[in-house]
Amino acid sequence: MDVSERKNRRIVVIITLLVLLIVAIYTGLSLGAVTVNLSQILQVLKGNGEEVYRTIIYNLRLPRIIIGLLVGACLAASGALLQGVMKNPLADPGIIGVSAGGGLAAILTMVIFPAHSYLLPFLAFIGAFTATICIYLFAWDKGASPVKIVLAGVAMNALLGAMTNGVMVLYSDRIQSVIGWLSGGLNGRGWYHVEIIFPYAIVMLLLSFFTIKPMNILILGDDSAKLLGQNVEWIRLVIILLASFLAGIAVSVAGLIGFVGLVVPHMIRLLIGEDYRYLLPYSIVGGAVLVVLADTVARTAFDPIELPVGILLAALGAPFFIILLRKRRIV
Amino acid sequence: MGALKIKNLTFSQGAFQINQLSLAIEEGKMTAIVGPNGSGKSTLLKLFARLYKAEEGEILLKDIPITQIGRKEFSQKITMLLQSKEIFPNITVEELVSYGRTPHQKGLSRMNKEDREILEWALHECQLMSYKDRMLHTLSGGELQRARIAMALAQKTEVLLLDEPTTYLDITHVMELMELMKKINQKYGMTIVMVLHELSFAGAYCDNLVVMKKGSVYKAGNPQDILTSKLLEEVYEIDAMIKYENSFPMIIPNKKNW
Repeated sequence: MDVSERKNRRIVVIITLLVLLIVAIYTGLSLGAVTVNLSQILQVLKGNGEEVYRTIIYNLRLPRIIIGLLVGACLAASGALLQGVMKNPLADPGIIGVSAGGGLAAILTMVIFPAHSYLLPFLAFIGAFTATICIYLFAWDKGASPVKIVLAGVAMNALLGAMTNGVMVLYSDRIQSVIGWLSGGLNGRGWYHVEIIFPYAIVMLLLSFFTIKPMNILILGDDSAKLLGQNVEWIRLVIILLASFLAGIAVSVAGLIGFVGLVVPHMIRLLIGEDYRYLLPYSIVGGAVLVVLADTVARTAFDPIELPVGILLAALGAPFFIILLRKRRIV
Repeated sequence: MGALKIKNLTFSQGAFQINQLSLAIEEGKMTAIVGPNGSGKSTLLKLFARLYKAEEGEILLKDIPITQIGRKEFSQKITMLLQSKEIFPNITVEELVSYGRTPHQKGLSRMNKEDREILEWALHECQLMSYKDRMLHTLSGGELQRARIAMALAQKTEVLLLDEPTTYLDITHVMELMELMKKINQKYGMTIVMVLHELSFAGAYCDNLVVMKKGSVYKAGNPQDILTSKLLEEVYEIDAMIKYENSFPMIIPNKKNW
């Protein structure tokens, strides 16, 4: 890939992503049990239109799409940051236990303190955050090496998974609502959830842009970054915390959605390279597109049954990732 | 006055040990650190660059202990060319060299006019102007090494440390690199310290040699005085003589008869 090809690819990829974003939003608004056409959608968005369409678009589909966009953006940003900072392609919030930390906290809230479910997003952040800190502490030995962080994370993920299952067995009478949430889905999410995550998601996504320069310097290697006057340990810690916060935001409203954080940044990296000035924003758009498109498929393909989008993403993501792994050298 | 001074330095890493080492590196001169594999050459450079931390003793940069210099300020004074085994990102020569300006930039700010001028200067000195838009992975070993040196120059430090910069290069590129370093040293008075394996080039181009053996300085001084057959025997355990041609020391080993 030479300079002009790289430039062309950057342009082609962003245009493709933006077109897909429009397609994702449009199909998300349009398709479902009742199909709503473009002119009806535009009427509703202008504040007119028939009552039934207004209810469908405004109360059901629009908030769900906004949540899908935010969840996808947060997960992809989290994955992109973790992969870079840990120099490991396996670093994904779903794999190294960050999401699982959020998940356990959320499940405990649901089964033990169901009356306090309004605290769920906040407690999911706390869970993800605590898991991250633990991973960091377990991996610490005069500095935390990327490999140790990933290994500690995988162990943490297993431990948290076991605890989650334990809670589900102990409280098997109360887990009906938990199961759907665990598989990761946007079913029944509305403006209430948008209000909860919107401010956090926007602030954290904006903050992630401040990591672009340090991320690019870290790509040169830890020693090179130190020689350029960077506080490598500190940068790594701050970025990991930011990434865990981003993952916590997604987990709090959408449960455990895997593979977005893993697959999206990888795809973008293969297409345009690892310059975070492009990789990060492109991943954010890509993640948003993927989750909304997948959610639309998940709720329409097996009508009248709605699949949790997390299941569909894992079903698509896992084989896709294996193909990537076999075709291209990504490690 | 020495640019870099080591006083009673102790450092250990596994079985390897540097014990009570003292040494002065002359300011504005080109110094080569030589010695057999595992003698502590690279470790010494990394100690200078603060990539390793001394257990005891201290290292002074112009009489100030390097531990007392701020992170950013330090990276404006000393930098190091690491051994070239790192993986390079998918970027252009110009983008790589511009990273050298990082220590001089505030926070997240972009390149200003001064940064651009220094970038051009570094590219120019390393004869990379026509390569600036080339992607790193399309460069040959010698070109890549020049690009890395340009990045270090763009950092505008007083001291440049180079860890085995000539390894993997053919003789043409070794020459080119040594000439480049000599030019930078002469033109700008930059203190250059390099770990080298090629004793002849070290002797021909450098003002001073530091010969290391098993974690301590065996001898330091100017090449003519210390490059002797006795040294080769005691440090490298080879039987050889040294002949000067045009002030270029040639090492002629006595081949064994089999």
